Amino acid sequence: MTDNAKNHTLGDKLMIELQGVNKWYGEFHVLKDINLSVRQGERIVLCGPSGSGKSTTIRCINRLEEHQQGRIVVDDVELTSDLKHIEAIRREVGMVFQHFNLFPHLTVLQNCTLAPMWVRNMPKREAEEVAMHYLERVRIPEQAAKYPGQLSGGQQQRVAIARALCMKPKIMLFDEPTSALDPEMVKEVLDTMIQLAESGMTMLCVTHEMGFARTVADRVIFMDRGEIIEQAPPEEFFSNPKNERTKTFLGQILNH
Amino acid sequence: MSTHVFKPDLPPPTLSVGVLGWLRANLFSNGFNTALTVLAVYLIWLMVPPVIQWAVLDANWSGTTREDCTADGACWVFIQNRLQQFMYGFYPLSQRWRVDLTVLAAVLGAVPIFVRAMPRRWIYAIGYLLVYPWLAFWLLHGGLGLQIVETSQWGGLMLTLVIAVVGIAGAMPLGILLALGRRSHMPAIRVICVTFIEFWRGVPLITVLFMSSVMLPLFLPEQISIDKLLRALIAVTLFEAAYIAEVVRGGLQAIPKGQYEAAGALGLGYWRMMGLVILPQALKLVIPGIVNTFIALFKDTSLVIIIGLFDLFNSIHQATVDPAWLGFATEGYVFAAAVYWIFCFGMSRYSMRLERRLHTGHKR
Ligand SMILES: Nc1ncnc2c1ncn2[C@@H]1O[C@H](COP(=O)(O)OP(=O)(O)OP(=O)(O)O)[C@@H](O)[C@H]1O
Ligand SMILES: [Mg+2]
Repeated sequence: MTDNAKNHTLGDKLMIELQGVNKWYGEFHVLKDINLSVRQGERIVLCGPSGSGKSTTIRCINRLEEHQQGRIVVDDVELTSDLKHIEAIRREVGMVFQHFNLFPHLTVLQNCTLAPMWVRNMPKREAEEVAMHYLERVRIPEQAAKYPGQLSGGQQQRVAIARALCMKPKIMLFDEPTSALDPEMVKEVLDTMIQLAESGMTMLCVTHEMGFARTVADRVIFMDRGEIIEQAPPEEFFSNPKNERTKTFLGQILNH
Repeated sequence: MSTHVFKPDLPPPTLSVGVLGWLRANLFSNGFNTALTVLAVYLIWLMVPPVIQWAVLDANWSGTTREDCTADGACWVFIQNRLQQFMYGFYPLSQRWRVDLTVLAAVLGAVPIFVRAMPRRWIYAIGYLLVYPWLAFWLLHGGLGLQIVETSQWGGLMLTLVIAVVGIAGAMPLGILLALGRRSHMPAIRVICVTFIEFWRGVPLITVLFMSSVMLPLFLPEQISIDKLLRALIAVTLFEAAYIAEVVRGGLQAIPKGQYEAAGALGLGYWRMMGLVILPQALKLVIPGIVNTFIALFKDTSLVIIIGLFDLFNSIHQATVDPAWLGFATEGYVFAAAVYWIFCFGMSRYSMRLERRLHTGHKR
């Protein structure tokens, strides 16, 4: 893996800011006073045990989940129940899901051109050029005419990444993008993500791929039971975790 | 060190070869299937020859009155003699070309929609759907230079088609909106849609028609009179929309949450999410249910007999009680059944083709 993935300077601009965010599912307090700021070009890896609220956190950033207390500001727009703000933010924030969520009734190319055409009002021809550009970047331009159901999991996930990139987002969110994949396909998706990181994209990834975190992340955040327990640059995080919970967790996932 | 040598690709094995192979695989694969095959052949032999004897071999094909029906079989002279009435009802003879033209325009106008190579097919289709109803209404009803033909003169297959097509074309969009409304997050919209759907599903169509024709005028002031056919059309449309709504809702429920999330995360708003991502998938899933509803609707149009409209069935029924042709009810009803069957079977076949064409590989 290349070192130049880490050689980059962060912008001064805050792209994502969470201040005292709290969220409940009914009686259940999922997110407890989450504070997090992400600068432009920063790459953050979120990890933690199952059910700790990682998905919920990143899903709050594009309003797939609603927070009940605190402030979330994305690219200078505050997330409120105002639909205009929500749609404005979603245009600038791409998301990649664990289970790909490609649109099965559309071809790979149509999956990629749908949002640029209908949300950004891009002419069809231009949208297709953009789509082919990103499909080439994720190295599957030859699959453009196929339907998602005809692709392997790794290929589907790369299409999902290309689909998100076609909107030219400023921020990319990843929710365990490789955990539904066979080991052989994990690498092709991670390589795509590393390449994306090298291009300077602001990224927030929920993942347990610690190799990826080491190579790419500027900061690793550890969550447990709805709280941010610890955050540090990867070298420090892996070699010298401060918190007992973090140590146990790292012991568990690095030892198998 | 040895390198693995991959085996070459072989063609798949042929399980059944030729006619005999097909017969063995499909009709005589085991004792039970053989017995079923024999039984089926026996039943066919028992039933088909007499029917052919009656309907074709012994049938009377030409003539003008009942006296011409001398052979033992069916008297198709009766059908021939009344065919015009079965097709057009009491539509004035000199104006019937307008009905033919309406059908022709429908067919020719729709052809480009099914030519997949045509550019901007969707825009054309929407234009067609917006323009054609007005054209059809003008042609059938008249005005603007054409002689007015009151709807009370409409009848026969033409009236059946008018009711069925208007019912289908109106119930489909309304049903989709109701289905979406029933799943809306806004309580007011949800309550309205649920009430509407449950009301119409709770009453028989025959009651609805009866109320529209007999009871509605009692409540309306005397100077307002709404056309009887129009009332029937509205009743059929609202009634069927409730059914379509529930079929579509079934499809909507089958779409995984991830599809909504992916569409939302890309910035698609509610209507675009529904129109571009959710509905295309949901409607494809429920094609069988939708076509089922439409087939039932097509046949249910015959219920307009209760309010005195002369659709295909009622026209035939009236002809069978005409003293000049008494005793040929069987021929009349067989003919009616055949016409209904052709249309319903056509819809069924088309839906199967559509399903195959829209199939986009296996979900993973
Ligand atoms: N819609 C919901 N209703 C109620 N509880 C929920 C809902 N979604 C998630 N939860 C609960 O919230 C907690 C946090 O969920 P979340 O999906 O954020 O965890 P996670 O850290 O992403 O876990 P995993 O690694 O398993 O994906 C879990 O305990 C989960 O059971
Ligand atoms: Mg999760």
